[in-house]
Amino acid sequence: MSQLTALEHDSYPAEQFEDTQQQSLAATLGMWTFLATEVLFFGVLFTGFYMYRMRWPDAFADGAKDLKWYLGGINTAVLLGSSYFVALAVEAARSGDRRRIVRNLLIAIALGVMFIGIKFTEYGIEYHDHLVPSLNFSSVSPEGQPRATQEQIFMTYYFVMTGFHALHMIVGLCVLAVIAFFARRGKFSAAYHNPVEIAGLYWHFVDLVWVFVFPTLYLLRHP
Amino acid sequence: MTTGTVPYIPAVEVEERETYLNVSGKIRSWLLTRDHKRIALLYLISITFFFFIGGAAATLMRLELMTPARDLVRPETYNRLFTIHGVVMVWFFLIPAVPTTIGNFVIPLMIGARDLAFPRLNLASWYLFVFGGCFTVAAIVLGGVDTGWTFYTPYSSVYSNTNVVLTIVGIFITGFSSIFTGINFIVTIHTMRAPGMYWRRLPLFCWSLYATSCILVLATPVLAMTVTLLAIERIFHVPIFDPNRGGDPLLFQHLFWFYSHPAVYVMIVPGFAVVSEVVACFSRKRVFGYWFVAGSSIAVAFISFLVWGHHLFVAGMSMYGGIVFSFLSFTVAVPSAIKVFNWTATMYNGSVSLKTPMLYALGFIGLFTMGGLTGVFLATLAVDVHLTDTYFIVAHFHYIMVGGMVTAFLAGIHFWFPKATGKMYPEWAGRIAAGLIFFGFNLTFFPQFILGYLGMPRRYAGYPEEFHLLNVMSSAGASILALGYVMPLVYLIWSIKYGKDAGPNPWKAMGMEWTVPSPPPKENFTKIPVVTQEAYAYHMMTPQGGDGPILPPAPPGERVEGGKPVDVEWSKQ
Repeated sequence: MSQLTALEHDSYPAEQFEDTQQQSLAATLGMWTFLATEVLFFGVLFTGFYMYRMRWPDAFADGAKDLKWYLGGINTAVLLGSSYFVALAVEAARSGDRRRIVRNLLIAIALGVMFIGIKFTEYGIEYHDHLVPSLNFSSVSPEGQPRATQEQIFMTYYFVMTGFHALHMIVGLCVLAVIAFFARRGKFSAAYHNPVEIAGLYWHFVDLVWVFVFPTLYLLRHP
Repeated sequence: MTTGTVPYIPAVEVEERETYLNVSGKIRSWLLTRDHKRIALLYLISITFFFFIGGAAATLMRLELMTPARDLVRPETYNRLFTIHGVVMVWFFLIPAVPTTIGNFVIPLMIGARDLAFPRLNLASWYLFVFGGCFTVAAIVLGGVDTGWTFYTPYSSVYSNTNVVLTIVGIFITGFSSIFTGINFIVTIHTMRAPGMYWRRLPLFCWSLYATSCILVLATPVLAMTVTLLAIERIFHVPIFDPNRGGDPLLFQHLFWFYSHPAVYVMIVPGFAVVSEVVACFSRKRVFGYWFVAGSSIAVAFISFLVWGHHLFVAGMSMYGGIVFSFLSFTVAVPSAIKVFNWTATMYNGSVSLKTPMLYALGFIGLFTMGGLTGVFLATLAVDVHLTDTYFIVAHFHYIMVGGMVTAFLAGIHFWFPKATGKMYPEWAGRIAAGLIFFGFNLTFFPQFILGYLGMPRRYAGYPEEFHLLNVMSSAGASILALGYVMPLVYLIWSIKYGKDAGPNPWKAMGMEWTVPSPPPKENFTKIPVVTQEAYAYHMMTPQGGDGPILPPAPPGERVEGGKPVDVEWSKQ
């Protein structure tokens, strides 16, 4: 089987590897290690956020109330849905079903784009509500409620956290698109489908980050 | 086994062999190479460039401190000088120094692999390094940055009117180069080991670089995000660390040191890596307590994440926080001491030969011990209150970073130079340089311990008259040190062209990198070797345990394992 694979993909395994198993093991471990890096990357934001939340509980609870929790909730469902379809694509890759890989990935990409769309709609609403620090943050809400100065810290963290998450989403969407393109060209088979699995790992990770971001920002509405 | 069956590799080749160096001479083939050995050389050239930039800044500072008056440079310029010195030396020399050059070169050779697991990522990390370096050089050219390498807020995020963002962008990009190198090493050591290269046979160099890589992968993203937050606050004027709007500058210090303390160990653990190899080779003995030396590298990496608070003892921390961090900082001394004792025990009863790499390694052991012990002073809460932000701190971390890391780096460069180039450098020049560096280093930094103890604060361009003598001693030492650093640059470059041929194994060292010709062929091994013995089987090398040629790799099954010498007749032909 490995000989057949070598014929199909002239550079597989790559010259530094002895066999295909070693290559897929290395690639998978590489992605896991990279995800460990990513955990710490987002960890900085969570650490700072929770430290400030303990210091300014009222301002942060008000900040959470100023966000549209239902939009965040819809987005959570959308993203979990996209992860489901990525999982189906990986399952299809294991059995070498090219058409099902492409179909599931395209649905996942569509849901991912939808997430980004909802996210940017939210940003627009927040701009309207004068919630963007240094740009138009107003100490009075449109309903006439006063806002604490420290709510700006909340909003800064909100934009940085969701912004970095969205950036990871966009990278992930590009990765999924490339994988879908190669799958359509018939690059993957039951014997060689590791890139699909690795792209899936990354996508699930981005999804998982949102699972922590969403309750942290939207649901802690009481001081 | 008879002599006739031993594949003997002649020291002088008749025909020119294809090596990784002469496989193609085009610039393009260097800039697009995926060969770990060539990338190591690219890194070596880049970090040497940055070393001399950082060194130039240090030279100007020492010249300014020749006299008590602030006469050579303005205080603002002095602030920029120590910032440039710190930023360049930390991120563009010390952190990449051993891993990306020596590590890149020898890890695949040591574990019997053809390359790192991700050669393209390896090349990409060099490009990121250079790209990040360009930003930092641009920041220097455009007037520098004056926050100190630690970028403490709110000065860096609100008040400083120098090129903070440009420098941060450089550090951010270079950080990703470190992360990619770390990922590459971790995956390579896990998955690319040759058959028979079990973890228990892994050279200690690889153990230490594995620990280093773990730190790089887990700590660097923290720095990346922290400086990003700082840049966001500075560019968009949003509150993150700004105390006027509810932010906390101490949060920045916590996050910064959560990265930077582990990073301090990135600047020393690779030094352990080199010294373990060099000490074993030049003592002709297996490393004493292999598992303790290997485990202490991992332990240092682990503890490094728990001690960042000792940088904030006087910055505003609860007494209990201080006590806990003080205690945890003491525990670093345990694995460090294990290393020093085990290297010493390795030399005990060995046949020690004082070749250049060994001189550097011995220097490392002494200077690292000094640096480590003064670290215990600083971990002690009450003493730290007196000594913090004085020259005592400066002397302490220079003993670790310059006395330790730079010395170990030079030990490694001299040790593996014959492997990388196939040439030998003049031994007498190497010894003189090693001596100059050791003497110059101590003359530069030992007086600074006294200065700090007497209360001279760091980061000042001028000082009272009574500190004059010690500062002159320090500056005089610095000029000797500078000469010591220029010397290897000159004779090593000279040796590439005019040096004597080294042969595959000039030190008669163990380790698989010495079983391939020097310089190694592009693919490292014509056939992936099968490892049949531990990494430091110096006691098995010759019947006498003395100076014989290295045992050629025996077919599996022919070598007796487990410490019993193999009965082999040697012929030097």
